[in-house]
Amino acid sequence: MRYAETGYVLEVDLTKGNIERVATDPRDTELYLGGLGTNAKMLWDRVPADVEPFSPDNLLIFAAGLLCGTPATGCNRTIVSTISPQTRLMAFSMMGGFWAPELKYAGYDKVVLRGKSEKLVYLYINNDKVEIRDASHLKGKGAIETAEIIKKELNEPRAQVAAIGLAGENRVFYASIEQGRSSASRGGIGAVMGDKRVKAVVVRGTKDVVVAKPQEYMDLCSDVLDYIKHREENPIPDVMPILAGLGSPQEMKVHDEKWHTENFNWGNARTRRKDFWTEEVDHAWAETMEKARTRLISCYNCPMKCGATISMEGLPTYMMKCFTKLTYTMAAYSDLDFGLRIAQKATEYGLDGFSAPQVMAFALELLEKGILKQSDFPGMPEDNEGKFFYLLDKIVNRDGIGDILADGTYWAAEKIGNGAHDFAHNNIKKHEQLPLKLSMLNPIYYLMYCTGEKINITQIEGQFPQAPYPTVEQREAFVKDWIQVPDDKFKDIFLQWEPRGEKSMPNFPTVDMCCDIVDWQEMMHYIDDALGQCAGLSSFPLKPPYHIHNYPKFISAGAGIEMDKEKLTKAAKRYRTLVRAINIRRGMRRVDEQPPANHWKNRFPELEKNLLDSYYQLKGWNEDGIPTRETLEDLGLGYVAAEFERTGVYGGSSAQPASAPRQQETLNVGGVQP
Amino acid sequence: MSTETKKRTVKTINIDADKCNGCRACEVICSSFHAAPRYSSNNPARSRVRVVRDPLRDIYIPLYAGDYTESECMGRDKFIIDGKEYDECGFCRTSCPSRDLFREPDSGLPLKCDLCDGEPEPLCVKWCLVGALSVTEREVEEPAEETKRGELEIGLESLARRFGADKLLDTVAQITKGR
Repeated sequence: MRYAETGYVLEVDLTKGNIERVATDPRDTELYLGGLGTNAKMLWDRVPADVEPFSPDNLLIFAAGLLCGTPATGCNRTIVSTISPQTRLMAFSMMGGFWAPELKYAGYDKVVLRGKSEKLVYLYINNDKVEIRDASHLKGKGAIETAEIIKKELNEPRAQVAAIGLAGENRVFYASIEQGRSSASRGGIGAVMGDKRVKAVVVRGTKDVVVAKPQEYMDLCSDVLDYIKHREENPIPDVMPILAGLGSPQEMKVHDEKWHTENFNWGNARTRRKDFWTEEVDHAWAETMEKARTRLISCYNCPMKCGATISMEGLPTYMMKCFTKLTYTMAAYSDLDFGLRIAQKATEYGLDGFSAPQVMAFALELLEKGILKQSDFPGMPEDNEGKFFYLLDKIVNRDGIGDILADGTYWAAEKIGNGAHDFAHNNIKKHEQLPLKLSMLNPIYYLMYCTGEKINITQIEGQFPQAPYPTVEQREAFVKDWIQVPDDKFKDIFLQWEPRGEKSMPNFPTVDMCCDIVDWQEMMHYIDDALGQCAGLSSFPLKPPYHIHNYPKFISAGAGIEMDKEKLTKAAKRYRTLVRAINIRRGMRRVDEQPPANHWKNRFPELEKNLLDSYYQLKGWNEDGIPTRETLEDLGLGYVAAEFERTGVYGGSSAQPASAPRQQETLNVGGVQP
Repeated sequence: MSTETKKRTVKTINIDADKCNGCRACEVICSSFHAAPRYSSNNPARSRVRVVRDPLRDIYIPLYAGDYTESECMGRDKFIIDGKEYDECGFCRTSCPSRDLFREPDSGLPLKCDLCDGEPEPLCVKWCLVGALSVTEREVEEPAEETKRGELEIGLESLARRFGADKLLDTVAQITKGR
């Protein structure tokens, strides 16, 4: 009997049109939990280093986390994993919404797409009945539009649809997969879906999800609900409002955008506007939002209202969450009205709201500097907003200059040459970052930016306050009910941490302390991604309801796997290391692990080297960031060490991606079910 | 006729659809509570409350399972309120052959909300942190029935009402004579 998980994955070969329901090995659940963990195992086993992102041999895995579909509040995330066309590394993207629980109710933990369809198709999973259906009538349709059409034609209003728009169909390197109010956007996974010619994956399920120890599990769930209520009634004092509560940053609810608009950079991550937020702007933007926002909405089984339905006059309704509210506005030096209008179009096209606006601002900067010519933009309107709409269409159609820009700033600069690389200045591992430019190095964030393989700061930060509290009394009050810390040493660090003087940044927290803090922060994100828990109730906010002390109990009572803090910590380390191994195999090295050069003005090279050296050591990686044989063997990843040795990964300084022999026959499956 | 009355508690679930965030936590806890053994599984398809949810049209209706009917209505109704068009029979609570709502997905047996009998409050209310669902109780006084009537009595009375007492008597006489 399998608990919490179904024990089955759907293997879909798009080339052959073959669909199989395959039982998985319960031992893998114990070792890698589920979601991201087992996805990583699958990618390691089945996608060797020489497989191109757009190869039929690349896998596109849609996974429901281990606890998705159980009553655990907020446990609804779909973890989509593949090899990214943009970073050429393992892509990380998750989406909330309603898709993952529905997949569990249909009787599967994952959908694994391989091969490539000849024609545009969509996959329809309805419990035991799974079909590959023609999607030629959906070609060019918006992602939300597609979902509506499919639900209607199937007469299944309760089906959940994950779809791509035109951007995915045309393999834009930052194309997203959209699903109702959510999207999996980072890393261009929508492009891989488009490359496989899959317009949508549709799922409907009416089966049970079973837990191992019912009463125990329900008690844990009730405790979480009570704690959420407690946190809603007691916001964290002395931090800015968006960090005081739970959930994603409450961008749809909160009108005050002083902090974002004055601290984040505008244009191509260039200009900080310190006096932007006037009363006038405040009024105008609040009015825009009030008029546009129909309702604050949630993902499956979650009381946090991080999303909203947005209806701009004359445009179809769409759903939005979080910071896409401002990315287009700020890239174009415009206002919220423009931002919400262009986001409607971009959502239907299916684009990452972080990368797309930066790419457009980058293009306009190149034009301004004469690196691109006016003739590269035939028929472009004069006004800034018009230019953005123009570029949006060019990019998703891969038309003219849009074809180059569709590969993101890094690859576009490569093609454009002529100094364009200086303008693709806000990337880590070839991927556009939040538009933040600051003065004093923050050693904790330095480590997170360098080593985060999810390549988005929001997917590694959290738990630990971003800044010290001025008074000892405030700090003491904060640590008093800080039950989430894995160890009391984190309380001590926070108590000692001062805004200035000897015990302030960059010297305090000390190197070792920074390493411990980052290790904890990252671990919580990795656990969330295996369980399917939204970071908004766990790894991202301060004092979340889920933490290292109750997670083992959730896994024991839910999945029926004996678990404690040590075992869970080790499991998380295991698949976190496996993710690194996948990327190391694809050529990633220490040299790739650095923040954008201009992220901080005041840098400390010696300290930074010390930080990275120490962090690698804590993680059990060598000085080049490669997990050592001892580390791998201790984690039961001897097979990784063996391949590293066979292919010369440890051997010397050559950073050549090692190519491994194909091992399709080592499919990690327990047997094919009738 | 006796003038004696007795008190009965009526529970009302107040559904503030404007506050619904569409998360379906009510479906999760309902199906989990009614699983056997309790909380051992969950499956919204078995829930006795369903959220009729269509975000793009801003429709959020938590709907509770009511009585079972063998036959569907002759007609259908469709509501349009404030310009929003609701699905056919969108507000109907009945477990009805015209749709798959409020029937066990495996057996097809009807489901009916029991307000989580035995719990201090219906669990959907407890789990609805956004306040779309709340419960109020009130006591109503009803005339006490003098005697509790049996099944046969109730059945015969309805037959008598439908066919007339004479016909009923005749039929009974005919049937019994034959034995």
